[in-house]
Amino acid sequence: MTTELLTEKKKTHPYMFFLWAGLGSIVMMFAGLTSAYIVKKSQANWLDFEMPNVFMISTVVILVSSFTIQMAAKKFKEQNENQYRGFLSVTAILGVVFIVMQIQGFLALQANSIALIGPRSNSAASFLFVITVLHLIHVLGGIIALIWISFRSFSSKNSMKNDLPVKLISNYWHFVDILWVYLFVFLHWVG
Amino acid sequence: MSHEAVLHGHEGHDDHAHHEHHETFLSKYVFSMDHKMIAKQFLITGMVWAVLGGLMSVLFRLQLGYPEASFPFLESILGKWAKGGQITPEAYYALVTTHGTVLVFFVLTAGLSGTFANFLIPLQIGARDMASPFMNMLSYWFFFAASIVMLSSMFVETGPFSGGWTAYPPLSALGDASPGSKSGMDLWIIAMALFVVSSLLGGLNYIATILNMRTKGMSMTRLPLTIWALFFTAVLGVLSFPVLLSGFILLIFDRNFGTSFYLSDIFVNGVGALSNEGGSAILYQHLFWFLGHPEVYIILLPAMGMVSEIMSVNSRKPIFGYMAMLGSLFAIAVLAFLVWAHHMFVTGLNPFLGSVFVLLTLLIAVPSAIKVFNWLTTLWRGNIRFTPGMLFAIGFVSLFISGGLTGIWLGNAALDIHLHDTYFVIAHFHIVMGVASMFGMFAGVYHWFPKMYGRYMNNSLAYIHFWVTMAGAYMIFWPMHYEGLAGMPRRYFDYSIWESFKQFADLNRFISTVAMIVFATQLLFLMNFFYSIFKGRKVTTQNPWQANTLEWTTPIRPGHGNWPGEIPEVHRWPYDYGKDGVDFIPQDVPVGENETSH
Repeated sequence: MTTELLTEKKKTHPYMFFLWAGLGSIVMMFAGLTSAYIVKKSQANWLDFEMPNVFMISTVVILVSSFTIQMAAKKFKEQNENQYRGFLSVTAILGVVFIVMQIQGFLALQANSIALIGPRSNSAASFLFVITVLHLIHVLGGIIALIWISFRSFSSKNSMKNDLPVKLISNYWHFVDILWVYLFVFLHWVG
Repeated sequence: MSHEAVLHGHEGHDDHAHHEHHETFLSKYVFSMDHKMIAKQFLITGMVWAVLGGLMSVLFRLQLGYPEASFPFLESILGKWAKGGQITPEAYYALVTTHGTVLVFFVLTAGLSGTFANFLIPLQIGARDMASPFMNMLSYWFFFAASIVMLSSMFVETGPFSGGWTAYPPLSALGDASPGSKSGMDLWIIAMALFVVSSLLGGLNYIATILNMRTKGMSMTRLPLTIWALFFTAVLGVLSFPVLLSGFILLIFDRNFGTSFYLSDIFVNGVGALSNEGGSAILYQHLFWFLGHPEVYIILLPAMGMVSEIMSVNSRKPIFGYMAMLGSLFAIAVLAFLVWAHHMFVTGLNPFLGSVFVLLTLLIAVPSAIKVFNWLTTLWRGNIRFTPGMLFAIGFVSLFISGGLTGIWLGNAALDIHLHDTYFVIAHFHIVMGVASMFGMFAGVYHWFPKMYGRYMNNSLAYIHFWVTMAGAYMIFWPMHYEGLAGMPRRYFDYSIWESFKQFADLNRFISTVAMIVFATQLLFLMNFFYSIFKGRKVTTQNPWQANTLEWTTPIRPGHGNWPGEIPEVHRWPYDYGKDGVDFIPQDVPVGENETSH
């Protein structure tokens, strides 16, 4: 039976496996950090502080961007080139907005005289900073990929034939979205 | 990109014939995307590191064996690190640290997995190349960059990092802690971060290739055990290296940005008390060993896989208990993630939690014993051919048993409290992980050399290499068990100043002498290797070992794409040896009408 299955046309591209395994390793990285957070929190000298409200808004922004990337994938399927490009660009812009808001969150904390790094910092704030910045870097990677396929869709005539890039990026984008929701819930309630 | 386009059209498994590309020297030997060439790049870079790492061990063994002697030649090589011909304590710590880092990561991870996963996965599963040849090339170049950075750390003025290969804080987190904690540590951590990226790119590729690129008929249960072992190795790496990276990121923040993850208000001589508050050095140990223990199996599993394959081929018998071998690989891979705190029994770990880790650690004995039993039963009444590869495979099993037994000692918290950080531990992990995996690597090189270079290595030199290394390994590490039981701690510069360890002076000299002889014998292997690439006896048949796996259905010197025509279809498992009176039936031979099932 297995043999028969293998003779069928392959449905999943190797790059998709590559991506999923890669997402698994990103999950492990954040699992490591949030576990360390829990261990550290149970020890002495832990500072409790309010999360800035701007993180709430950035969560909504990244959730909306998940919707727009899904629309882009849908428009690709319908071969509606203009709307596909439009949704890709909107997603990239929302990604940038998300990053700006995260940085505003850091500034809000510092305005509240909570040091994120440096000699007077408490590891509660440092953890928040490190975890959020690492997530932010992953979002940045997604934005670069989005910009790259957007450019390709403008410059290459064949860009509407191969659906792999848009599938890869939409999977990845949903992932960094869900990852942020997890981190937000974690930092808000566990922290 | 053109390679990828040719090799990885979306449809089907074999709808692109072999294309000869016009290749320049750079694209063929340097920035190659051919998995076989990348494998050789990993192997040769790994060899360079093995020589350097081995040489470091010779240097510190010289100090341990002859603590009072002066060797003027050392000063001419090491300069201020060996003033008056004697290695300084700082240089000694740098040597043991770099030896550990290099051997564990650069030789036995990149050199072993990087070589054989790259070489064997596409060839044995019937694929033209990896899922992403480009990422595969990047994986090597990240490793190369890591190598350069690590190498350069040895030439900074304050010396390379010298806080032990595990890089525990505060020695690693605090630049003022010791000379070796300064810029040497910065370079160490950059090198390791590059190394993690290389491992991840490689591992992701291996997983995607094995799951997705198998030829027609190659179901998962028809995969050679080598591939299964490399698969679990890749999974372990992909899941554990990111955790190490997160530990390193926190370390970088502590070192450079004043955070207090691992550092607390420690008093440093000449600096005063640190302003950090409440950091926990133990937190780093948890993050480190969550990688560190799976790392042991990242090193060991590829050797196990290759040994299974080589033993079956050279016993002319099917591997005993294929599914049990597979199941035990899986069990080891799962348990690998659940035992990390057995490295931390003396950190003040809650004794109840400790006992859970004792239980889980001792459970590893079960799949290990299954594997040993199956190797021995594969040999049992086999028609054994003692090729050099086979000898090293048998040597691996011997070392795995010897080193595994002491693992049961160390896995018990009650005993470990006495034995922790003594030479007993050194003996244990060198035998079971270091030398055993090195034997797996030698077995693999001797066995697959004809496929790599289309020539044979010299057998006589190989036999000398085997017997000296085998005897030497036991002569070096066996006595260390006794030293450890007597309480001799590891990582000390000079034991002769303690009354209780003076009795070991002769033993230490003996160990050091054997270590130098064994090291010299490895140079014989290198000579054999490089000489044989150019002048070795030529391979004249496609399948010199009469083996069943697919790599032997390729031409003697396969080009990029591996098979000139169609990729062969697979009809059977890889272990049909001595079946129905036939010596061997390769995997691409269709099942006959009256053939019995295995």
